[in-house]
Amino acid sequence: MSTPRMPELNAATLERREEIVADMRIIVPGEGVVESEAEMRAFESDGLTAYRQLPMVVVLPETVAQVSRILKYCHERNIRVVPRGSGTSLSGGALPLGDAVLLVMSRFNRILEIDFANRAVVAQPGVTNLGITRAVEHEGFYYAPDPSSQIACSIGGNVAENSGGVHCLKYGLTANNILGVEMVLMTGEVIRLGGKHLDAEGYDLLGLMTGSEGLLGVVTEVTVRILRKPETARAMLIGFPSSEQAGQCVAEIIAAGIVPAGMEMMDRPAIHAAEDFVHAGYPLDVEALLIVELDGPQAEVDHLIERVGEIARRNGATTSRVSNSEEERAAFWAGRKAAFPAVGRISPDYYCMDGTIPRKELPRVLAGMRTLSEKYGLRVANVFHAGDGNLHPLILYDANKPGELEKAEAFGADILRLCVRVGGVLTGEHGVGVEKRDLMPEMFTEEDLNQQMRVKCAFDPNHLLNPGKMFPQLHRCAELGRMHIHRGQMPFPDLERF
Amino acid sequence: MTTFIPGTSAEVHEIVRWAAAEETPLEVIGHGTKQGIGRPVQAEHTLDLSRLAGVTLYEPEELVLAARAGTPLAEVEALLARHGQRLAFEPMDYGPLLGGKAGRGTLGGVLGANLSGPRRIAAGAARDHILGIDAVSGRGEAFKSGGRVVKNVTGYDLSKGLAGSWGTLAVVTDLVFKVLPAAETERTLAIAGLDDAQAAAAMAEAMGSDGEVSGAAHLPEGVIGRFLDGGFSGGPRTVLRVEGFGPSVAYRVERLGRRMKAHGAVEVLEEAQSRRLWREIRDCRPFADGTDAPVWRVSMAPMAGHRMLDAFRRAAGANAYYDWQGGLLWLRMEAEPKAETLRTLIARCGGGHATLVRATPALRAAVSVFQPQPPALVALSARLKAQFDPRNILNPGRMAVA
Ligand SMILES: Cc1cc2nc3c(=O)[nH]c(=O)nc-3n(C[C@H](O)[C@H](O)[C@H](O)COP(=O)(O)OP(=O)(O)OC[C@H]3O[C@@H](n4cnc5c(N)ncnc54)[C@H](O)[C@@H]3O)c2cc1C
Repeated sequence: MSTPRMPELNAATLERREEIVADMRIIVPGEGVVESEAEMRAFESDGLTAYRQLPMVVVLPETVAQVSRILKYCHERNIRVVPRGSGTSLSGGALPLGDAVLLVMSRFNRILEIDFANRAVVAQPGVTNLGITRAVEHEGFYYAPDPSSQIACSIGGNVAENSGGVHCLKYGLTANNILGVEMVLMTGEVIRLGGKHLDAEGYDLLGLMTGSEGLLGVVTEVTVRILRKPETARAMLIGFPSSEQAGQCVAEIIAAGIVPAGMEMMDRPAIHAAEDFVHAGYPLDVEALLIVELDGPQAEVDHLIERVGEIARRNGATTSRVSNSEEERAAFWAGRKAAFPAVGRISPDYYCMDGTIPRKELPRVLAGMRTLSEKYGLRVANVFHAGDGNLHPLILYDANKPGELEKAEAFGADILRLCVRVGGVLTGEHGVGVEKRDLMPEMFTEEDLNQQMRVKCAFDPNHLLNPGKMFPQLHRCAELGRMHIHRGQMPFPDLERF
Repeated sequence: MTTFIPGTSAEVHEIVRWAAAEETPLEVIGHGTKQGIGRPVQAEHTLDLSRLAGVTLYEPEELVLAARAGTPLAEVEALLARHGQRLAFEPMDYGPLLGGKAGRGTLGGVLGANLSGPRRIAAGAARDHILGIDAVSGRGEAFKSGGRVVKNVTGYDLSKGLAGSWGTLAVVTDLVFKVLPAAETERTLAIAGLDDAQAAAAMAEAMGSDGEVSGAAHLPEGVIGRFLDGGFSGGPRTVLRVEGFGPSVAYRVERLGRRMKAHGAVEVLEEAQSRRLWREIRDCRPFADGTDAPVWRVSMAPMAGHRMLDAFRRAAGANAYYDWQGGLLWLRMEAEPKAETLRTLIARCGGGHATLVRATPALRAAVSVFQPQPPALVALSARLKAQFDPRNILNPGRMAVA
């Protein structure tokens, strides 16, 4: 088992474990403190199950006051804290630390306010993503970002990861769909950013907080924007003899001014795995399959279906079907939505990657992946948010074969390096966490990373919140604050204009 | 007093590094169109980015555009228009309101002021469309954040962090924005005769419908004559914009129009009139009157705006209109700004913020231009500022609260 290097355990904290547990029980009475090894097992990993670690203690607070007291207590005693929502992170963001309190937000599970006139919902962070839509759908509304994990993942976790979904090309990521948060700083101070109004004044702390992976503060309340459900939605299933043609089709759809609600691509191995599993009726004689969903007013959807159909034909599509009912639309999606478990059936284990690339680089990246697949002797299946260039290669391996996990990880790292090399990034939606932490220097210089860490210093100067995640190395804030001064002549006197 | 006008980001880097070493403040400007917003800056030197200009990458089918910070917004918009695209967040032009010319302003300023327009309620602001930046911090260190792809969660989003920072954290040298297809056409429904509360209800209904409304504004009696050269006759109008493909727009206008008839008489503005009207709403044209009478820009929950204004009017004389479904209020004061009263009422009506976007320099030095924040937030913002600009050399005082 590969174990990532984590911050050295704080012996002083571990020595006082019993006292800390007792104090936690005072702050959170009742069932809210879990400390037995057997019960803590349930929390030893998140969605990235290759990494496991028991926390020092698990605490499940129920009120903002409790969260505030826990953080203040830990701050004063230099105790580390790892926030956790539903534990579905695929990057190890919620991986516990052996000397840290695991702060689980799942008991914050109430919707506090539904405000249709202002199109806003105020929810506690442990409410699931789908739970928000469920609460407003009777009036025809929904919450747009829809990660595939939406029945389980929490809205607080979505904020921390800036999660997306298949609809984010048209409707944006979490960052574009939240209006405000209440959060607790490591000192125990409670602050509010934004609200039901737009664009909080002052620095865009809400923007910094979104996607900060639990390193800046603990979210205790989220205000989201809800939208009216589109009048209708229809999906198209289009097969191509090559991924180049499918890629060109995607580019031309966008160039024609069409922004589909979703645009997903699957390669041959993914198509076959999905079809074997759910029998969605996918064509098996194509190299690439596109699912294009158009939503909106009836007249618009009908109009655009025609146009997308033309573009597909022009680009050599060999099969093309349009959904004519909600059942059919669901069937088109069934294979894509089941892609991960489907791949799970053809391989004992799989490892899901998450790079983003400029779309036009797709053929080059797919070719590169084929070469890497041969080099590592591991198969790979690809599902792809084609509209926004977000790749999810699934590397197939068998953890019971010695060395295969390490090989899969090395393969994955090479794929991400390739993404960065063609102008892309390490992660489109799953976050850096522990998994991609050590790859950050592939994308950022030391100065880039230092400036990011300085943001951390403004929020949590002692690095107590979720350390060991996101940054390959945590520098002391005092060190980061030092300035290296080079005095000299005023530069470019020739630029003087007055 | 020196004005630096660098032509490369390496030169910007060198200038800021020098200023940091000397602890000598810089006023950072693009075209200077928004210099009248914020506390007057006291800086020895000026860093003028207007020559750091040019689009460096534009790939329409990838929906990205990159440009240097001093690139004129007008140039970017013209280029996008030639390819049937646009900046979906509809950045407003402060020029006319602040007594300057229309059509100026740089891309760096768009991010620094986090500009947006009527489409904010459907498409977001500059912060929602920025993908990546290169910048030099007040420490004199060059850094980048984000990238050129539309979906990216690698590391903290420093690009968003610089949105609305008014040049006080770092000098941005390069920006990458997400761009989107422009709408093929548009129409506007105008409902006649509603008072502010009725208008709020009608706009809420429209925004909550499946008509995909991309602009919802209410133009009360006091301003209606100043739009479209007085083309609206008699009484207030509540206006709803519908954009998109031709057949879709026709279909939605018809459906929405039928629905809105319950609120009042509905007329439909064709494309050219509609475009012009929303530009005037965006740029606060009714108050671009060549004076420096105080103008407030207030953001609140949509349904709270009219309640707040109703109470405020009992304390002060103000002309006003609403955008953003009623959540954005533009207020032109007859006399002094009445900051305290206004902000107390905003807090009482559910919160939000007020920015004094136009006022004399003396007023801007005496009244908090930006909304004062609670102490914990003030302290956090100060810590953030210190992490970017520990010697306070970038636009010192601009965002300070009096
Ligand atoms: C099958 C599957 C499919 C997935 N599909 C998608 C997808 O389509 N798109 C996508 O974007 N992601 C996807 N994910 C990833 C994951 O679901 C998201 O990252 C999700 O937002 C995590 O939410 P969570 O509540 O499970 O958070 P956790 O896993 O518990 O935590 C994630 C991170 O958030 C922090 N955190 C959690 N709660 C808080 C809080 N209240 N305050 C501060 N920090 C907090 C944690 O410290 C951690 O760093 C998928 C995961 C799985 C298992």
